[in-house]
Formats: sequence, C-alpha cells, structure tokens
Amino acid sequence: MSAAAHAAESLRERFRFLGTATGAIGFFLLLLVLAIAALGPFFAPHSPTEPIGVPFERPSAEAPLGYDVLGRDVLSRVLWGGRSVLALAGLATLLAYAAGGLAGLVAGYSRSLVDPIIMRGADVLISFPALLFILVLITGAGTSKAALVAGVAIVQAPLVARILRTATLEQSVRGFVEAAVARGEGTFAVLRREILPNVVSPIAADFGLRFTYSVILVASVNFFGLGLQPPDADWALIISENRDGLTLNPWVILVPAGLIATLTISLNLLGDSVARALGRSRAGVLA
Amino acid sequence: MGLDRSATERYFDWLGGLVRGDLGNSAAGYAQGGELPIWNDVKWKIRNSLVLAGITTLVMVPLALLLGVVSALRAGRPTDHAISVGSLAVISLPEFVIGSLLILVFFAWLDVLPPVSLIAPDVNPLSEPSKLVLPVLTLLGVTTAASIRMVRAGMVEVLGTGYVQMARLNGFRERLVVWRYAIRNALAPSVQVFTQNIQFLIGGIIVTEFLFSYPGLGKELVDAVNIRDVREVQSLAMFIAAVYIFLNLVADLIVVLLVPKLRTSA
Amino acid sequence: MTEAAAALAVNGLTVSLAGGEPIVEDVSLAVAPGAVLGLVGESGSGKTTTALALLGFCRPGVRVVAGEITVAGETMSGLGEAAARRLRGRLVSYVPQDPESSLNPALRIRRAIQDMLDEHAAARELSTVEEALESVHLPATGAFAERYPHQLSGGQQQRVTIAVALVCEPPLVVLDEPTTGLDVVTQARILAEIERLRRERSLAMVYVSHDLAVVSQVADRIAVMYAGRIVEEGPTAAVLGEPRHPYTHGLVASIPDYARRRSLRGIPGVAPGPGDRPRGCAFAPRCPLKVERCELELPELEEVGGGRRARCFEWRRTSALVTEARKEARTGAWEAGPLLAVESLSAEHGRGHARVVAAHQVTFTLARGECVALVGESGSGKTTIARAVAGLHAPSSGRILLEDVALASKARKRPKEARRRLQLVFQNPYDSLNPRHRVRDAVSRPAVVLRDLPRRKAEAEVGELLERVRLPARLANRFPDELSGGERQRVAIARALAARPDVLVCDEITSALDVSVQAAVLELLGELRVELGLALLFISHDLGVVAAIADRVLVLEQGVVREEAPVEALLTHSEDEYTRRLLEAAPRLPVRSAAS
Repeated sequence: MSAAAHAAESLRERFRFLGTATGAIGFFLLLLVLAIAALGPFFAPHSPTEPIGVPFERPSAEAPLGYDVLGRDVLSRVLWGGRSVLALAGLATLLAYAAGGLAGLVAGYSRSLVDPIIMRGADVLISFPALLFILVLITGAGTSKAALVAGVAIVQAPLVARILRTATLEQSVRGFVEAAVARGEGTFAVLRREILPNVVSPIAADFGLRFTYSVILVASVNFFGLGLQPPDADWALIISENRDGLTLNPWVILVPAGLIATLTISLNLLGDSVARALGRSRAGVLA
Repeated sequence: MGLDRSATERYFDWLGGLVRGDLGNSAAGYAQGGELPIWNDVKWKIRNSLVLAGITTLVMVPLALLLGVVSALRAGRPTDHAISVGSLAVISLPEFVIGSLLILVFFAWLDVLPPVSLIAPDVNPLSEPSKLVLPVLTLLGVTTAASIRMVRAGMVEVLGTGYVQMARLNGFRERLVVWRYAIRNALAPSVQVFTQNIQFLIGGIIVTEFLFSYPGLGKELVDAVNIRDVREVQSLAMFIAAVYIFLNLVADLIVVLLVPKLRTSA
Repeated sequence: MTEAAAALAVNGLTVSLAGGEPIVEDVSLAVAPGAVLGLVGESGSGKTTTALALLGFCRPGVRVVAGEITVAGETMSGLGEAAARRLRGRLVSYVPQDPESSLNPALRIRRAIQDMLDEHAAARELSTVEEALESVHLPATGAFAERYPHQLSGGQQQRVTIAVALVCEPPLVVLDEPTTGLDVVTQARILAEIERLRRERSLAMVYVSHDLAVVSQVADRIAVMYAGRIVEEGPTAAVLGEPRHPYTHGLVASIPDYARRRSLRGIPGVAPGPGDRPRGCAFAPRCPLKVERCELELPELEEVGGGRRARCFEWRRTSALVTEARKEARTGAWEAGPLLAVESLSAEHGRGHARVVAAHQVTFTLARGECVALVGESGSGKTTIARAVAGLHAPSSGRILLEDVALASKARKRPKEARRRLQLVFQNPYDSLNPRHRVRDAVSRPAVVLRDLPRRKAEAEVGELLERVRLPARLANRFPDELSGGERQRVAIARALAARPDVLVCDEITSALDVSVQAAVLELLGELRVELGLALLFISHDLGVVAAIADRVLVLEQGVVREEAPVEALLTHSEDEYTRRLLEAAPRLPVRSAAS
C-alpha cells in the first residue's frame, strides 16, 4: 500500500464514527448547539438583562419565546446563555486533562512508590462525591467562576489520572517500550516517542464523557445559583430563576432545558461512537 | 461561637466535638437568637433523605439488573439498541433538567402531581406519596441509566468468556448457562457498579431536593452553602461522606463474598 | 467401515464467515469406533472451526453453509442450537485448549461435574462425582471436589475438563490442543492419561493440534489441513514418514526434533486468510513443485495408495524433495577468549515477602560466533537471565562482562558501545514493535541512538537490513499490524542488526510462531551467524529447537544450572536426571523409514 493510500485509509478510520447513526446525529446536533451558544449573542434581538415586557407573558411576535420572571426577553437571554456553560466546562476539562494527564503518566511509568502515592491521592479525591466537594469548596472560597472551574477540574483530574495511569502501565510493559529502554533511551524520550502515541486512544474514547460531566457539574452549580450570579444569562440559571412561572410561560423552562439536554446528549452520543470506533479498529483479525 | 479564635483551633475543636457526637450549634441557630444544636434540626431531614434514597435504590436495583441483563443477552438486536441509546440519552441529562421536564409534563401540562414537595418537619414523607413521585423519578433517571450501562457491559464481558462457551459446548440448557455461568459471575462487578452509583445518588439527591424544595439533607446543605454557614456545611459534608464510605465498605464485603478467588487462597 | 458403524462421518463440510468468505471448505472425514484421528494444521487452517462444527457449534459471525455430520449414526448437522445441545455431552463432547478459562471460576469442581450429569438426564445414574474424579486419576475425595478451579494446577484443571467430557460416556470426543500451555512433563502425563482412557473405554477421538510430534504419538490416522481444506490424509506413520503433499513435507521438515539432527527448513511465504485464497491450489504460491496447472485448477483429494489421499497434481514428485542433514557448519575454533561472560549471576522477582529467586549463581561464557542455549521450563529463570544480560533486570549479585569489562545492571547506565554490541530480540512479535511507527522508523532507530547516525543515513540502511532478513524492501513503509507474525519477528531481528551488534540475545523468539514459520526464522538465524559472525544467546523451552541451532546448552531448573554441555553430548548421553526427564517427555516424530 502506498504512503498516500495508507494516509487516506487512516483518515477514513478516524472519521469512521460518522458512519454510524449515533455518531452522525451526535456530531450534527453538537454543531448546532455549539453554533447557538457561540454565535447566539450576535443574533439576540434585545438586551439579555433589560426588562422590557410583562413577566411570564406568553410568546408573541415581539418576543418569540415570551418574557421571563423579570420581564426580560427569553429569546435573547437564551441566545446569550450558552457561552458560560461551555467556556467554564471547557476550561475545567482542559485543566483536568493537564493535571490529571501528567499525574497519570508519571504514576503509570514510574515503577516506584510515586505510583501508589499519586493513586492513593487520586482515590481520596474520587471517593468524595463530586457535587459535595464543589459545594464545600465554594463555601470556603466564595461563589466565583474561578472557584467553580477549579472545583470541577479538581474533581475530574483524578478520573483522568486513573485512566491515563492504566493506559500508561499497559503500554510500559510492552516489548517495544522495553526495546527502547534496552537501547538506553531516557525517560522523556520513551514517554514521548513510544508511550504517548499509544495512549491517545483511551483518552479520546473518554473525552466525550469527561466533557459532558463537566457540563453537568457546571450547570448544576449554576442551577443552585452558586456559580454564575444574576443578572447573568446562563441556561441553568434561567431554569432556576423561572421555576415559579412554569404554568404561565413554559417556554422559559423548556427551551434552555432542551438546549442543555441537546448539548449533553449529543456530546455523549458522539463520544460513545468515537469510543466504539476506536475500540473496533484495535481489534485484530479472527485467528 | 469562638470566631475570635484561630481557624485551626476552631477546626480541632469541631473535630473533637464530632468524635463525641456533638455537631455543635449552627450559625443560623445563633442568628435566631439561641443555641440550636444542629442535630435536632438535622435528624428528620436525614430520615427524609434516606426515604428518598431508599425508595430509589429499591426500584433501581432490580430494574437496572433486569434491563442490563436483557440488553446484554440481546446484544446487537433492536431491544438492546433501544435500551442502550435510551440509557445513554438519560445519563447525559443533568438531574435538574430531568426534574424540570418532569414537572413541565406532570404538573404544567397534566396537572396530576405537585411541583414542589414541601413536607412538614414531623410528618413522615411516606404518608404523602404524591409528593415523592417526581423526586424519585428524577433520581431514578440517572442512576438507573448509569447502572444499566455498567451491568450490560459486565454481562457482555462474561458472556464472551471461555467458560460460558464451554458450558454451551457441554450441552447445557441456555437457562442454566445464563443463570449459573453468566449472571453468577457478572454479579460481583455489578456490585461495584452500584457503589459508583451511590455517588450519583448523593449528588442527585442534593440537586433533586433543591429543585423540589424537599426538606432533606441535600437542601439543607445547599441552603447552608448559600448563607456560608461553614460549620454546618462541614458537618453535613462529613456525615454524607461517612455514609458514602460505609456503603463502599459494605459493597467491598459483598464482592469478597461473591468471588471465591478472593476468599480462598490458591 | 459402513456409515452406521462409524463413530464419525463428515461429508463436504463448508463453513463461512458472514460475508461469505469460506473458512473451511469441502471437508470430509471418517473415524472408526475407538480410533483416533489427528487433525493437523497451522493457524488459519480452519482446524478449530472444523472441530467446533463437529459439535454443531459455530463461533459468532460464522455459519455452516453445507455438509453432513453424523456421529455414531445420529445426525449432528443442520440442527438448531437447542437440539444440538441435547446431543452434546451424550453423543460428542469437547476438551478445550485452555482449561483455566474454560472452568467457571465461581463453581466448585463438584458442581462442574454434577452439572454435566444433571443436564443429560439419562446420564445421571451413570456416575458419581467421585467416580469421575477417580477416572482421571484425581483424588476422589470430598475435599478435593469442593475446590475451586483457581486452587488447582494447570494439569489438574485439564484432568477436570477431561472428566467432564467423559462422564456421560459419549462415543466421540473432540480434543482441541489440550496440552498446549502445559509444561512438557505435565503434557506427557496428560497424553498418557488420554491414551489410557481411550483404551479403557474404546473412545473415538478427533485430536486437533498444530504440533505434529504430539499428534504422531496419539493418532492412528492424520488429516492435514491447509487454507480450509484437507490436503492429505492417511495412516499417521505413512503420512509423516513419506508425505505425499508438498505442504506436509514442508511441515515435517520444519519440525524441530532433537533426535533427528538435520537442519530445519521453513516454508517461505504466508498462508492465505479466508478472503485471500487464490484460484487453484491454495498452496501453489509457496510450493516448490508448482506447475502451471496448479494455479489454474483446484486439485481434488485423490487416492494415492495405501488407504491415503492427497490433494496435489504433482504428488508423485513429493518424495524427491530432499531434506539435508544438519551441516556441522562451525568451521574452526572460536576466537580466543569469551566475548560475553556471566559470573555467578543471581536474580530475584518481587519485594519483601513475595520475593522469589529466579536465578541462582548462574555462570557461563559465550565466545564470538558461538551459540549458547538456555533451556528450561517456565519458571526456570532463563528469561530473567536474558533480561539481566540485556540490562532490563537488575541482578541481586554476580557480574556480566562484555570482553572483560563489567556491565552496569541497568541498560541506561551502560556505555553506548556496550548497548550497541549487545542486542535483544523479544518473544512476542505482536508486542515488540510500536504500532504507531512504520517499519522504517523502528528499524532505523538503533542506528540513530547507538551509532549516532543522522536519521537520513539510518533510514537509507533500512532497505539493506530488510533484505538481509529476507523481507522485501517495500515493507519499510508498512505499519506492524499489516505484517504477519513471522514478518514482524524478522523486522525485530533487522532492528537488532541495525546496531551492528556482536551478541544477539534471542528470548524465545519463535515460541509464538507457527512451526513452519519458526523453522524459517531459525534458518535465517543460522545464516546470519555465518554471514555476520554473530554470537547468539538463545533462550528456549523446546529441546528440538535448541538442537537445531545451538553449539552448547545449559539446562536450567528453578534458576539453577543442572547441566552444561555441548549439544550433541547433552542430547545423547546426558547424566543429569532433570535433563533426562525433559528429553523423555519431549514429544518426537516416529522414526522414519529408510527412504529419508
């Protein structure tokens, strides 16, 4: 097989998950929600914080989704409300990968006491129910975006560390890694050349789940009113603020809830089909 | 309240009290002009939360086992696809979204269940079942979906083992193969599944109680965080964490009982 | 032998993948009551699929497309799964390859045997659990029956699966490589057990294996499978002594046998997978007797005399294929002074309480151009010693000297020259190459790291190195998962050679390969020794392999050297009790007729 043909083949492999129904649906739904969240503010007809109408009034030509508890335009608030969740969850996930990934790599490769020490630490963190931990953190550090991001990152990092440690451990006993060690190659070189390319797979398979969990945590804390504060527009906060007006203007609840649901479901569908595609491509031929 | 002493001193003070079973007095209690021991406040809320958790677990365990096993036995077929995609969708949703949607349907639209589950302090929640339905359904959602997926994964793995194939090659009836050879060995990993779900349950209870204003530990905790009552938050968090660790230990014990390899030496 | 009296009759069995590619094609077999048929083939030959089909079983994704199977007069083919299960155990039963993964870890042995009796209701009165244990020479006590599988040794586990297979007294038993994975001595015992049971109960057996030597000891008749078809069939001694099909001939020639000192000849090329079978004879691309007709037409199984059949147009010319006697090729004495010296090497595994001695005071030398073999069963410490020599395992005491200079225990601490001169090739070819690196990257790496060559220059050498290991240069662009096991192992050797080493440590490098592929790799090693003057430290558990390649042998048991001697002396007049036990237990081919 020529080099070009092989490159084409591996590209096809990488996007194989799009071939499945769940993968394709997940992908496009995600694009849709991301578009709304990222570009929404440019299309908002009114200010998300100015009261301009009667609270909980039903949809009309003026306000396609009606008004919320303070008489603000629901459509505008919704269009503005996606950025916070995505930005905060995204940042927290990245931090989790940076810290957890490094810890896991080191723990998995060093065959010394460093491994159990790091893993016990991770176990302690994991054993604490996530939401509980974040709430305690916020109590101490106050409600701020920084505290929220830090809390979510701290909760997710040990999970990432665990996955990476297992993957690294698995790879470090393989023949080609030992061959590199026998050549006298240094730790850095071995990690970079031999181990890292082979642990990308489990990381990619886990990413969807990780990010979804970050979104859920951030949204839940915002729902309590302990993350973003009024009058900021955030999908979870909007749901929380408008619970009393449920019967009057259900759209205030329905639309942000639907958007959150679409975000998380599509993320998970996509992540799941990526994980399956990766798992399958590793399976060998029947003997 | 001793706020004039240093933080470290206060902390050890509190720890000492905890060991003695004395949770101390809450800031809110002081604010109300008296020394209100936290324990009195919290006793019935613990009961309320346990009722919620208990009902949820009682329904969740058999449901998840059933659907997970059926899904694995029919792997790749329509039943499995339906269950798998369904559980994937549900597990993606934050509890408050599930709860809000349920309220929209059963209250705003159908008007058959109350949107709020306020229960008076001395009333046993079981006596007001209609107020429990939506919270339990909300809790069931995520925990069941997560459990189904993990039970299914464990079962699929067991179904692929050499000894299951050997049982079939020995001519055993499928019922015997499924029960004594497959499920029997899938149980141990399943127990670990349920321990992980206790995490979801605890997190879920916090959100669900807040959403439905149900007077339990979760709501108490969020309220305490809102007013920055550090002591109370600490105590509640400790308590919940202790329960969680205890449940984990119980689960580990059950696993040891179920797996002969761990009980006996080679 | 009429159909009704036959224990097994198979006609035209064809089994295919879901996509239509055939795994097994047009297979017909017959076994008389009380007789043993050996079903032989390498990986991908379809023998396991055939064996499972005899029980009416197909793995997922596979189905029987055509053919009839009759066991003791009852039809086994074309039944649904439920109907087939009722007949299994009672009519035909199965002994698996890996007993540990075939026994339910949650059930006691008693339950495993009792389930078999209970499920085949008519059989319940046939036997008790204790009697079943007795029949395979396991302790027939309540205490033993209460054990769990993980509390038994490998040999004991296998006896249990045999007991389960026989407890309902079926007329036919299918055994699928039942001794692979057991050490040589246990294997010999299990084989003896099987033979005894066969005699006592007049069992008919189908014995599936890739190991011709083992099969030759148990089977009356042999059927050789290649690429899904039977290519030769007949009485064992005749087929192995005077093969009529070139594949059988090649297979026999590649079997290491320490008693028959001839050089091993491998079969070049690779067996085709289910989708790649060529038109005409599937073996033609690799066949030394190939003529034009072979590539166009598929030969049928024809009678070739003496109750034998072979699937080859040119079968009459097979006996002319020659296998040379082993060349005593070592010309001249070794260069003065040892190249590698190991002095009182001791090594351990684990820490604290779990510490296990892997090697104890092992001493030996290796001269330039010499091949020294370390032989032993699993747990003998041979691999640990090899890894210690390569710098992957720190010894607890002793020294390793390369040309009189002591080497550090960890490879990283050794000078670059030392690392360059001593290279290691690993056992598992599926593991020793980074799946994300192309062959070119893997093979050029040692030159970059150990000879300080710039990458361009190192890559320029790759083509030549591949050719040296008899691989086409175009493989340089491939990824490991596109190569077969034998090809990967050659790449691993090429990689080692890139460093221009003086010593090559080979850690069981052929154990994971098919017999004919193994022979080809050993052939290559022998040639490289002569061409490059390499010294080899060769680790193996197989005495036959060692006989084919080594000059001197060290026999290890539990980390201690039992005997050290030149290979001829060791094989013919060993004085050591352990060595003799190993020699006796090693399965060998029957003595051939004068024609060879």
